[in-house]
Amino acid sequence: MIFKGKAWKFGDNIDTDAIIPARYLNTSDPKELAKHCMEDADPAFVTKMKPGDIIVGGENFGCGSSREHAPIAIKAAGISCVVAKSFARIFYRNAFNMGLPIFESRKLFDAIEEGREITLDSVHGLITVSDIDQKFSISPIPPFMEQLIADGGLMKHIAKK
Amino acid sequence: MGNTITEKILMAHTDLKEIAPGQLINARVDIALGNDITAPIAIREFRAAGGKKVFDKDKVALVLDHFTPNKDINSAQQCKTVREFAVEHGVKHFYEGGQVGVEHALLPEKGIVLPGDLVIGADSHTCTYGALGAFATGVGSTDLAAAMLTGELWFKVPPSIKFVIHGKLPKWVSGKDLILNIIGRIGVDGALYQAMEFTGETIQGLPMADRLSMANMAIEAGAKNGIFPPDAITQEYVEPRAKRPYKFYTSDADAVYSQIIDIDASKLELQVAFPHLPSNVKGISQAGHVKIDQSLIGSCTNGRIEDLRIAAQILKNRKAAPHVRLIVVPATPLIYKQAMKEGLLDIFMDADAVISPPSCGACLGGHLGILAEGERSVATTNRNFVGRMGHPKSEVYLAGPAVAAASAVLGRIASPEEL
Repeated sequence: MIFKGKAWKFGDNIDTDAIIPARYLNTSDPKELAKHCMEDADPAFVTKMKPGDIIVGGENFGCGSSREHAPIAIKAAGISCVVAKSFARIFYRNAFNMGLPIFESRKLFDAIEEGREITLDSVHGLITVSDIDQKFSISPIPPFMEQLIADGGLMKHIAKK
Repeated sequence: MGNTITEKILMAHTDLKEIAPGQLINARVDIALGNDITAPIAIREFRAAGGKKVFDKDKVALVLDHFTPNKDINSAQQCKTVREFAVEHGVKHFYEGGQVGVEHALLPEKGIVLPGDLVIGADSHTCTYGALGAFATGVGSTDLAAAMLTGELWFKVPPSIKFVIHGKLPKWVSGKDLILNIIGRIGVDGALYQAMEFTGETIQGLPMADRLSMANMAIEAGAKNGIFPPDAITQEYVEPRAKRPYKFYTSDADAVYSQIIDIDASKLELQVAFPHLPSNVKGISQAGHVKIDQSLIGSCTNGRIEDLRIAAQILKNRKAAPHVRLIVVPATPLIYKQAMKEGLLDIFMDADAVISPPSCGACLGGHLGILAEGERSVATTNRNFVGRMGHPKSEVYLAGPAVAAASAVLGRIASPEEL
């Protein structure tokens, strides 16, 4: 798949309270959650971003609570994928289970400024950035996780089995 | 080559004969847990997948503890969704109202989770049950849906970090201080995707309440699970509570670890994690003058009777400082009742504390203790992220019950030795 969009940068240890604060967890409606996506990291984020844009994070993206509301809010806001140096483990499995594409790239974050146009080719494992010659590789996804994505998430994977 | 306790428990829940870190496995689940925030999504996914029956009504636990007593209409709706599902499926371990406690205090107390179990919970602090010698890990709502449907879940076998802790803990210093210190050393992703195994002579003598506090915060170092080798202390805790067989697993002498970290506990002072990361830890002597507006004593980390006893010991015949809101949250009804019997609630009320019903509300910034802009709370909870307990410009300082109680009296972050 090809993901193309503007890069929004967030630093290390972006926790799920910053992605979707608990004060909004009295609903699991994706549309409601989307309105508050990344609110405590950048209150204006949802007004600035456009569908298809890409979140670029540092280390340990999505740490903290297990709330699946976090990847739901990101996906429902229209973010096409998240690229980070590393992901917290519950966020990592939630994203694959519910169908938010996420990718690990050690070098992208430090090499780009916010606002660059990014093209991510998940088949070839490569990221290109507007006005930068350098290409960035993404860490390969384990075959099982690839299968999860291909099947459309964990529940559909189970139904298929 | 030997196996760790984590590898052994995972393997025992599969049909595999060998297991190694990095391996992806499907394993059988003994208990699958959800709460009023996470279960509604799981129920939606369960139904969307055509789920008609939970795999085993005795192995599902649904605990309405987060935004309860219902904080608003939406929260009430979420609870209603979970209640109706629990009734429809005859879920055995369903708790609400006067029976509900903070899930990670409640499940061990009731003997619902036991040594050797594989427990998954749609709540990140599910790792608490590692204190009992169980493999327990937090997952998401879709994971919970899958487990409720099939009784199995996918796992990546984690490598283990072994902590060898020796030396006698100084006065007032508890398991909470140990785990804060460890997170301070290794960072909030220091154990990412790994198991944290706590061993050594300090651990061998460590009471169960302290073990539960430590395992509870394994997730704050990014760990998949925290685990304690079960022993006589485990046996003493579990035996009167267990209503089904359980099993003790121990790591082999030649088990392989990704890292072994040696810690001298005898030199440890009381610890405080400053905003906005649980790893931003300082010894109390380095805390400086930090004025507080609130002190919260409770949560799945430190809301047990042992924690309340420590707080009461310090608060007896004293009062919270003017303009400091002291909130005490007994984690379960049984703890509440016990605190009442022991006269602890009198001590708290005489200290001008508010005694909250058992609830996760304040800890995660839901209700029952929210902070305004610019306010600071010392809290015996487990997270101090931006906006965790209220306004994005409020601050949370994590500590054990001794510091929380002393700070309430002095109106600033303080050690009980200063009283």
